[in-house]
Amino acid sequence: MEAREAPAAGGRMAALGAWIDARFPMSALWKEHMSEYFAPKNFNFWYYFGSIALFVLALQIVTGIFLTMSYKPSATEAFGSVEYIMRDVEWGWLIRYLHSTGASAFFIVVYLHMFRALLYGSHRKPRELLWIFGVLIYLALMAEAFFGYLLPWGNMSYWGAQVIVSLFGTFPLIGDWLIEWIRGDYFISDITLNRFFALHVVALPLVLIFLVVAHILALHEVGSNNPDGIEIKKSKGADGRPLDGIAMHPYYTVKDIFGISVFLVLFAAVVFFAPEMGGLFLEAPNFEPANPLLTPAHIAPVWYFTPYYAILRAVPAFAGTQVWGVLVLFAAILTLFFVPWLDKAPVKSIRYRGPIYKVALMVFVANFIMLGYCGLKPAVEPFKTMSVIGTILYFAFFLAMPWYSRIDRHKPEPSRVTT
Amino acid sequence: MSEAIDRGRRQLLTVATALTGAVGVAFAAVPFLASWRPSARAKALGAPVEIDISKLEPGAMIKIEWRGKPVMVVRRTPEMIARLDGNDEQLADPRSEQSRQPEYARNPARAINPEYLVVLGVCTHLGCLPQNRLDAGASADGVLNADWPGGFFCPCHGSMFDLSGRVFRGVPAPTNLEIPPYTFADSGHLVIGLDQGSTA
Repeated sequence: MEAREAPAAGGRMAALGAWIDARFPMSALWKEHMSEYFAPKNFNFWYYFGSIALFVLALQIVTGIFLTMSYKPSATEAFGSVEYIMRDVEWGWLIRYLHSTGASAFFIVVYLHMFRALLYGSHRKPRELLWIFGVLIYLALMAEAFFGYLLPWGNMSYWGAQVIVSLFGTFPLIGDWLIEWIRGDYFISDITLNRFFALHVVALPLVLIFLVVAHILALHEVGSNNPDGIEIKKSKGADGRPLDGIAMHPYYTVKDIFGISVFLVLFAAVVFFAPEMGGLFLEAPNFEPANPLLTPAHIAPVWYFTPYYAILRAVPAFAGTQVWGVLVLFAAILTLFFVPWLDKAPVKSIRYRGPIYKVALMVFVANFIMLGYCGLKPAVEPFKTMSVIGTILYFAFFLAMPWYSRIDRHKPEPSRVTT
Repeated sequence: MSEAIDRGRRQLLTVATALTGAVGVAFAAVPFLASWRPSARAKALGAPVEIDISKLEPGAMIKIEWRGKPVMVVRRTPEMIARLDGNDEQLADPRSEQSRQPEYARNPARAINPEYLVVLGVCTHLGCLPQNRLDAGASADGVLNADWPGGFFCPCHGSMFDLSGRVFRGVPAPTNLEIPPYTFADSGHLVIGLDQGSTA
């Protein structure tokens, strides 16, 4: 019926739209996810980071595709091909710096996005699966970053991979077999580089895209949370639309474009003026080719892994094995999956939560940054003790949550969103 | 023919089909997972290495590469062997209980024949390359003191090992230097990468 009326109503473009709609749910998808997806009207600054993360993913995919056009995934050619991109390929330096800075930017944005969830209880019922998809994205992103870091075949690439792969060797009985299987050789070699390349450019990007789609579908199924942590679907108008909701397009698409513009200004400043970020984004030993017979003086992972690296090193070896640190490291990440069930507070948003959670969250954030700092430093005092305290505080925040979130002094939630 | 649906039978068939499919997927996964094992070429390149030690002077060392790692072979003099005793209190793991070595090298000399030390030149701390500082006493560069009994010194973080590759207390390295599998082909030839008693 629509198809017959459309030409009269809107001309040729509308006719084309109707033709497509009869064959593919174009308008239906647009309505469901854009023009008639109603998001709470009270979004604030913290709600920029989801769309910025999506933008950075697109940026990484596009710059990554162009990098593979000049990069050679072999032990003899990899380092030289990156130098070739930096010096000889037209604009190659820009594409490569966008990609390397993009990796760090991705983690900054994702950490802020996760902090937002803890701030406003975005992981709470009914958004548990949304949160789980999010943690899976975070995990896939860590794997993606780890595999990608080996590819320039610099000396820090090499030894960083060596340290991380060795973690799997600490498992009793299967350890040696497992690292041999991961490397495909008796040491990190051309074979390892080649398979990490395949994982970095094909396997994990596919996993990431799949997870991001699932994350957004879950979000649009339950609807967005907001800084008040109350459900806008509870107050609907006569037309069935939430009274406190506004359409994703044009209201939030415009807001997000503004957010991305500000992000790009800051991002470009780093790309053009500080792409190495003083050794944090690109580490100095990586300007030398990988050398299996020469260890860098101090091996530290890239900054976004260092909180977990500090946790790994905080656990001493005992009973003749170092596996405990690895298990605690895995536990630190696995704990994130259970946060929606650990939080027992009757309210979601920090606005209506009591002083205990406010203090706990601030301590957690400061502690996470401290752990990250310790992970960058050599394993000497005072960083050893700080890492141990940091690890205890990290777990205390999550594992004591069922208790302190219940006894906290909560304020009553409003029935409609505030501004 | 009965009109009623036999739900029990339907469920049995569904589960049986799913299980059969799962077994098929598991078998199909084997080649893909196995393709990650070291390839025939990697195995050939990582094969045991034979070295000639007949011309190695007492007190001297040679270094060879095996599986991308340096292997140090030291021919110890009787004085060097004598110096292995009496340091136990300064050593973190004098009996090599926490360290990695083949069973036939779990002894104070950490060797099949005490005269020949075969040890991986990879620091157990972070994989740096320890230097051979085989001579006892203070070193010319001032790094080692007069009480140095001879051994290996890691320049990265200062880990120290004795002439059996046993780690001293109070240094970053947690365990003794690793001993690779090795065997004597004959009195003048060593094979690295092959266990004692096994045949090539």
